[in-house]
Amino acid sequence: MNAPGSIGVVIPRKAQFDQPIRLRSGALVERYELAYETYGRLNQARDNAVLVCHALNASHHVAGIYGDDPTNVGWWDNLVGPGKPVDTNRFFVLGVNNLGGCHGSTGPASINPVNGRPWGAEFPLVTVEDWVHTQARLADHLGIERFAVVMGGSLGAMQALQWTMSFPQRIRHALVIAAAPKLSAQNIAFNEVARQAIMTDPDFHGGDFYAHNVVPRRGLRLARMIGHITYLSDDAMAEKFGRALRDGALKFNFDVEFEIESYLRYQGDKFSDYFDANTYLRITKALDYFDPAAEYGGDLTKALARAQAAFLVVSFTSDWRFSPARSRQILKALVDNRLDVSYAEIDAPHGHDAFLMDDARYHDLIRAYLDNIDIG
Amino acid sequence: MTRTGTPMLRSTPANSGLPGRPEFDAIAAWIEPGAQVLDLGCGDGSLLRYLIEVRRAMGYGIEIDDGNVLASVRHRVNVLQSDLESGLAGFETASFDYVILSQTLQAVRHTEQIIGEMLRVGRQAIVTFPNFGYWGHRLQVLAGRMPVSPTLPYKWYDTPNVHLFTLRDFESFCADHGIRILERIVMDQGRVVSVLPNLLGSLAVYRFDRGPQP
Repeated sequence: MNAPGSIGVVIPRKAQFDQPIRLRSGALVERYELAYETYGRLNQARDNAVLVCHALNASHHVAGIYGDDPTNVGWWDNLVGPGKPVDTNRFFVLGVNNLGGCHGSTGPASINPVNGRPWGAEFPLVTVEDWVHTQARLADHLGIERFAVVMGGSLGAMQALQWTMSFPQRIRHALVIAAAPKLSAQNIAFNEVARQAIMTDPDFHGGDFYAHNVVPRRGLRLARMIGHITYLSDDAMAEKFGRALRDGALKFNFDVEFEIESYLRYQGDKFSDYFDANTYLRITKALDYFDPAAEYGGDLTKALARAQAAFLVVSFTSDWRFSPARSRQILKALVDNRLDVSYAEIDAPHGHDAFLMDDARYHDLIRAYLDNIDIG
Repeated sequence: MTRTGTPMLRSTPANSGLPGRPEFDAIAAWIEPGAQVLDLGCGDGSLLRYLIEVRRAMGYGIEIDDGNVLASVRHRVNVLQSDLESGLAGFETASFDYVILSQTLQAVRHTEQIIGEMLRVGRQAIVTFPNFGYWGHRLQVLAGRMPVSPTLPYKWYDTPNVHLFTLRDFESFCADHGIRILERIVMDQGRVVSVLPNLLGSLAVYRFDRGPQP
């Protein structure tokens, strides 16, 4: 069943890269695959490409559904599609699963060609810079010299920001949504608790759990539960769950009593069914490491001096994980460099997750911004 | 909840072929080509759009209202959603050629603070405001009513204006604060008023700076 404006059935693809890539950590990846999807058509001028970068747990499946799994709707399907704010009638949209991911791109669960076993703990740590680098190679592969737009929310927004610094000539517009120029100590602390939950799970086996035919499910569950608490605002949680009881009365035991417990357990279980623990560890590390200002003595203005793109920066008032104040730090650096930038602070109640929601003010703004981008 | 800030009078599309707000031309005439401009309370972005087109200006608008932010983006104007009264803290000192506050000074709570910030961030400042001393306003006050006019279109109970003042008030404010007035244009119904401006002018446009610093 296709909702109006859905791109419909989409087909994931893979690109093979045989040219080795040196990661920021110094590790060398000899060859790798990236899973990706595209929607719409690359125009004659090849100037209508939009790269959508994913955040923590998402993938290249940005929009549409799969023929063999019509319930698997793309994670940003409310934004991307024909006639939607990111209009696939106009733009050629590219979604990619990042290196180290677990949705088809080479990652810790992939087979290491050296020994024929899953990489596991040996898979190197990846960074936002590494992802941007590999995304650029995918763009080469697809014949995209320059993106009209690179966009993302949260960790995806960090990639869009990094694009403007790593490849200033190859990006015209960056949509930086629910972002931060670096994680705070509190952000890193949440990530560390999530990692500890995974790594102390007896089924983790130092990261080589594949050989034992187990999954550190308890750790993944906990990691996801902690994540979910930080993605929602206190108000959103109060409104959605309040102190509602599952069975109407207290039971004086440790089963699910409050609805919020049920929600967190459900989210945790769902996540542990499909997400790779080693990927989760690496993605949280990529978040922690992101700090483009670091090599400029902490001066983000200097870090962004080489950027040439125009920007749309969006934050959400109830997002306490990456609050509006963090977006305003990015904004200041952009204004200091006299780059074209517009900034909106959307008064939305959903917390960090607001960037995934269908909010008219938010979507109207993205539509208005993208409609003004001239293409071939 | 939709955020709405000070209702703005500014809505004339820059490219409609209609005359823009009369002060647009006065402001544009003062601005050097290629200038860097900050427009506080930029409304739907028409003034900035106009300055970009006729003066190749580069700049940013600051605006709190959701609808105006969207309209500014539609006008291809850089707009930063922020509260005016706290909005200039992030800008470096002397980083813009002009900071403009058009039709908003009378609606700002902390007048001294905002003028001070304008002159900190900008080399020069430009303000436009309705003249409370306009004869039509005076007559209405004499008749015992708060004035309602094209430049003061609100009723006393729904007005966003909190500080109504006259040309003479503004000029004595400048004198008291060591502000140097560089240029002034006073208008009524789109025409320049040169005789008895505080009586015959309904709209004032001023350009000023900090004057010679000791």
